[in-house]
Amino acid sequence: MNKLDSKVPSGPLAEKWTKYKAEQHLVNPANKRKLDVIVVGTGLAGASAAASLGAMGFNVKIFCISDSPRRAHSIAAQGGINAAKNYQNDGDSVYRLFYDTIKGGDYRAREANVYRLAEVSNNIIDQCVAQGVPFARDYAGYLDNRSFGGAQVSRTFYAKGQTGQQLLLGAYGALSAEIAKGSVKLYARREMMDIVVKDGHACGIICRNLVNGQLERYSGHAVLLCTGGYGNVYFLSTNAMNSNGGAAWKAYKKGACFANPCFTQIHPTCIPVHGDYQSKLTLMSESLRNDGRIWVPKEKSDAERLRRGEIKANDIPEEKRDYYLERRYPAFGNLVPRDVASRAAKERCDAGYGVNETGLAVFLDFKSAIERLGKKKIEERYGNLFQMYQKITDQNPYETPMMIYPAVHYTMGGLWVDYELQTTLPGLFALGEANFSDHGANRLGASALMQGLSDGYFVIPYTLQNFLSSHISDGPVPTDLPEFDQTEKDVRERIDSLFAIKGNESPDSIHKRLGHIMWEGVGMGRTKKSLEWAIEEIKKLRAEFWKNLKVVGSADEMNPELEKALRLADFLELGELMAKDALCREESCGGHFREEYQTEDGEAKRDDEHFMHVAAWEYKGEDAEPERHIEPLEYENIKVATRNYKN
Amino acid sequence: MDFTLKVWRQEGPKAKGRFETYKVSNISPDCSFLEMLDILNESLVAQGVEPVCFDHDCREGICGMCSLYINGHPHGPDSQVTTCQLHMRKFTSGETIYIEPWRSAAFPVIKDLVVDRQAFDKIIQAGGFISATTGGVPDGNAIPIPKKDADTAMDAAACIGCGACVAACKNASAMLFVSAKVSHLAHLPQGRVEAAERVKKMIAKMDELGFGNCTNTGACEAECPKGIKILHIAKLNREFLKAKF
Repeated sequence: MNKLDSKVPSGPLAEKWTKYKAEQHLVNPANKRKLDVIVVGTGLAGASAAASLGAMGFNVKIFCISDSPRRAHSIAAQGGINAAKNYQNDGDSVYRLFYDTIKGGDYRAREANVYRLAEVSNNIIDQCVAQGVPFARDYAGYLDNRSFGGAQVSRTFYAKGQTGQQLLLGAYGALSAEIAKGSVKLYARREMMDIVVKDGHACGIICRNLVNGQLERYSGHAVLLCTGGYGNVYFLSTNAMNSNGGAAWKAYKKGACFANPCFTQIHPTCIPVHGDYQSKLTLMSESLRNDGRIWVPKEKSDAERLRRGEIKANDIPEEKRDYYLERRYPAFGNLVPRDVASRAAKERCDAGYGVNETGLAVFLDFKSAIERLGKKKIEERYGNLFQMYQKITDQNPYETPMMIYPAVHYTMGGLWVDYELQTTLPGLFALGEANFSDHGANRLGASALMQGLSDGYFVIPYTLQNFLSSHISDGPVPTDLPEFDQTEKDVRERIDSLFAIKGNESPDSIHKRLGHIMWEGVGMGRTKKSLEWAIEEIKKLRAEFWKNLKVVGSADEMNPELEKALRLADFLELGELMAKDALCREESCGGHFREEYQTEDGEAKRDDEHFMHVAAWEYKGEDAEPERHIEPLEYENIKVATRNYKN
Repeated sequence: MDFTLKVWRQEGPKAKGRFETYKVSNISPDCSFLEMLDILNESLVAQGVEPVCFDHDCREGICGMCSLYINGHPHGPDSQVTTCQLHMRKFTSGETIYIEPWRSAAFPVIKDLVVDRQAFDKIIQAGGFISATTGGVPDGNAIPIPKKDADTAMDAAACIGCGACVAACKNASAMLFVSAKVSHLAHLPQGRVEAAERVKKMIAKMDELGFGNCTNTGACEAECPKGIKILHIAKLNREFLKAKF
């Protein structure tokens, strides 16, 4: 049997999900009470899944790495959430959202999953409004929309520049209601250390209590990983400091295939890097590209003078500015998808037109928007973003153009899941950014929130029942099984082995070096040479880590240094798999740009004949090469074409 | 820039805390406050000293995790920023900076600068939500909401739950936090259904958890990193009174 059985229902695309729901197995209310579900992570996917499953009557345990579910990094999403409501009467539809998402993903996502995502997108908006999410409204009191990259309609719902926050607080509210009722039990300040597997099924987890350092065991009939992406492998990214790839990596080592690890999204509009002490990069919402215009000087000499601080952006007259996105992509202009915008910025900077002291920045200018709409309107739309920019950079974006540069933001790759969101390890499910399923090789703006909530509110409540229906007679899973003993022992040994190194270099210092290798070798532009170099360098660094790491403190207390070391140990392995995956994918698609494979005018050149598939890696042991499995992608409802944002 | 840091160190909830003095030098003015602490911690690690524990996560001012009391101000001297968005250019080189955890009986210290804020979660669990279970809700545009109300609700909903209001208040009152949630939901038609129950339960929980009373000093508003207005406390009081009758 093929390792990767997508379990996509038969029948016409638009009827698959309806058909699935009609034919799936259900669990009756009395039996739901007998089933335990573990949810790891409290972001949009985790909180919405736990709240929904708790309300249905399952016993849910939810685990949170921070002090409260409300801290999860979904909170930082700014711009908005897509839905096919067509409230603007501008030609939107479920099919159009589906089409844009597949096209935006450069034809590397599974059709049936994406269609379902578009289908339930409207339910998400309704649900969030019912929860009290204060979406922006027009003067008649109806929901307002704006545009995002990769779409020609306005389908993005938003709550100022804090959409992720408001959606997460909505889900957190729903979760809190279930916690109060007792259907969900919250475990805060816990980090999942490993998954317990019995007879080939996930049946529990080992957690580290981050307050007292104790290892704890929890069992369940299913485990849901909602642990986000692994962008922090680059050290500098827009991810939160605690975001890590540990849970997904543990799942991989326990038998869940890891799909398309090389698909990472570099977001075009972030505040540029300014010093080696920097701990993270800050995103400026894509929504700014609705009104902001991106440019660099037309003349290299102007760029050089800007870099030396001899002139300012406003000194450069209109005719000497190169609005390169509008020039290259007239049809979409500043609203091209993220991968396209990022690469175009890199291309200009590499060619010597970059600004800022470092030459690694481009301008995002609101001058014409302020002239057209007035400062007040711009303030209303982007006030908090402008304030944030000013606080960080000490520059006033109302008066001088913002400076931006691409930064690692999101990982499209993740645990391979079938149509039911189940990984190749039975009983283990992955939701939200942690899975690979919906965004192909590039995610469109405002689609991450949509996917997290779709998986949690409207997909897993159905598909998990189908799985659990065959476990109603299992009875509770005891935590004193030998499998729990063994897994806990493995975790303890791993922690002890980190302390035992007693070297000289801190986790952060090694992590920065890993980040450098990843950015140089597996970054925006990749080549066979850079990837082979990265693989070798990561191996060397990993060996150094296990020889020269220094972890102070002890295991049985709150110890952030130990937390960092544990996560870094995983990143040092994951980074290599990302490079391997990128090396094997000998084509350019979406966020994966292999410089050897580009058109004459520098656009990504796909190779559909050889690479129209998902690559999912299976762990084969510490010293063995992982096995690359393939899930072919078939497009029955979309004409596969070269992405064209020019006309 | 060079600084002398007086940092609160406390091994655990029951241990006795104390200020330790550390020096940091060559700090860039563009460095954020937490990045300055990262640099301090790296140097402590190099000396084999346990680094200072502090809460932080998103480092872009939205998760509400960071919680430092700097020179007597929650989130430090700058206005409307969280600690992670405070930059060293707001200080003078050579300055001595005092760094403490939030101080409130309802927020016990876990270690060093890390406090336990689960009391806020418990207040929300008491009723800070709309009980709309998944599915079975009307179309998002079925009930128009006046823009003014939606905007006011959004202003209140911008609260990040960091606890600066409690830390700033001489009575360690959680009124600004509670009022932000009550006001957010009370301004929306969807939130009216449970409005009376909500405000009563949240206030009762707030009192039970040991937060103090509001005496209209306004320190919370002055220190709130998101600029939440005490107008919402007026709304809370009004909702509370309405719920009585």
